[in-house]
Amino acid sequence: MRQIINFVLRYKNFLLYLFLLIIALALTVQSHSYHRSKYFNSSNWLTGNIYETTSNITTYFGLGEENKKLVEENKRLRNLLFNQKKEDSLLLDTTNITYKVIASQVIKNSYSLPRNYITIKKGSAQGIKPDMGVITANGILGIVENTSKNFATVQSILNTKSRINAKIKNTNHYGSLIWDTKDYNTVQLADIERLVPVKIGDTIVTGASSSIFPENIPIGVIRNFDLNNSQSSYSIDIKLFNNMAAVKSIYIIENIQREEIIELEAKTNNDSQ
Amino acid sequence: MIRNSYFINIIRFVLLILVQVLVFNKLNFFGYINPMVYILFLYWYPIKEKRQLFLLLSFLLGFLIDLFSDTVAIHAAATVTIAYLRPTIMRFCFGVNYEFQNFKLTNTTKAQQITFLTLLIIIHHLVFFTLEIFSFENTLLILKKVLTISIATLILCLLLSSLFSVKKE
Repeated sequence: MRQIINFVLRYKNFLLYLFLLIIALALTVQSHSYHRSKYFNSSNWLTGNIYETTSNITTYFGLGEENKKLVEENKRLRNLLFNQKKEDSLLLDTTNITYKVIASQVIKNSYSLPRNYITIKKGSAQGIKPDMGVITANGILGIVENTSKNFATVQSILNTKSRINAKIKNTNHYGSLIWDTKDYNTVQLADIERLVPVKIGDTIVTGASSSIFPENIPIGVIRNFDLNNSQSSYSIDIKLFNNMAAVKSIYIIENIQREEIIELEAKTNNDSQ
Repeated sequence: MIRNSYFINIIRFVLLILVQVLVFNKLNFFGYINPMVYILFLYWYPIKEKRQLFLLLSFLLGFLIDLFSDTVAIHAAATVTIAYLRPTIMRFCFGVNYEFQNFKLTNTTKAQQITFLTLLIIIHHLVFFTLEIFSFENTLLILKKVLTISIATLILCLLLSSLFSVKKE
């Protein structure tokens, strides 16, 4: 007994180090394989408020450019609106709406890590829930992962854990969007079969089999492609429309029917087992 | 005098976290170089203080940086490792000298100080990027990141430490 106490006393520094290291490693390893820990992220009260304060100051320096971007987007949307052919009052019925849009701002951006997360203003108090899609005026940005009362963290598409359903525009060839961590303006599209005709410059948009994003949200254009070693599918590099280093105004998309879809899918899975 | 040193360390702790997350984490030089200047806390921390407290403080420092940068606990693991190894590194850099009661960092030569800081930085970055990338397939990528970011961190730490060093009278 005495020897054990002596041992502990002699190696107390080492044991303390080991204890702290194991805590850190356990948290890290767990975050690699599962959904990230709910508490240890930058949407919490302390970090959220510090980031918001600094972003309130720094946004003043980019107001002009931000304005220009928003006017550009308004112009595009007005063009769509004026050239819309059918005037159908049925479209205005609120029960037909599937997607709701909430506007917000980025308060912390990150794009140099292998697993990047973006922190945004607005949280559960403003109706933000995990697994909502996040886009900018130019294209997709990511998926909401955690929320606190007034802030939320977004899993960026520049994250090795991110898998978003995407397709080549105007076709039905689907793949999933991944990131190889090399360049923050380039992502990869995996699982496109070799039979599919692929051309440099083709536009990539979000696919229909996702319950998070609406179909046909722009992502980027094909920069180059080549056939895998296995020769069964392409590996395609996509140049993003978004400049991931300078995102400010964002839109969060809520799919109102998502719960219904998930419930139905879960039920189908249970029944088939 | 003792209270004064506590006060300075608390101020350093808070300021280094803020500078790290609000300035250096947003640098993204060449797209990926973000120097980690908060290591200076471990470089400046008094030598004669209790080691357990030092380990706990280092863990807390790393963990707070992790909270801000959404990296869960990678900074914490790397920081607590160099905190534990610090006495060994000091013995290596300064010889038996550092065990004496009146040893001070400012009394050592410039070369010794730089070696000490470099070793802290390299070990920290090695642990950090191994955990961050988390696969041995990418050993080259890990080494490349460790090398380039270590150099950036070293330069900025040297600049900051000469800026805030105590003047010799």
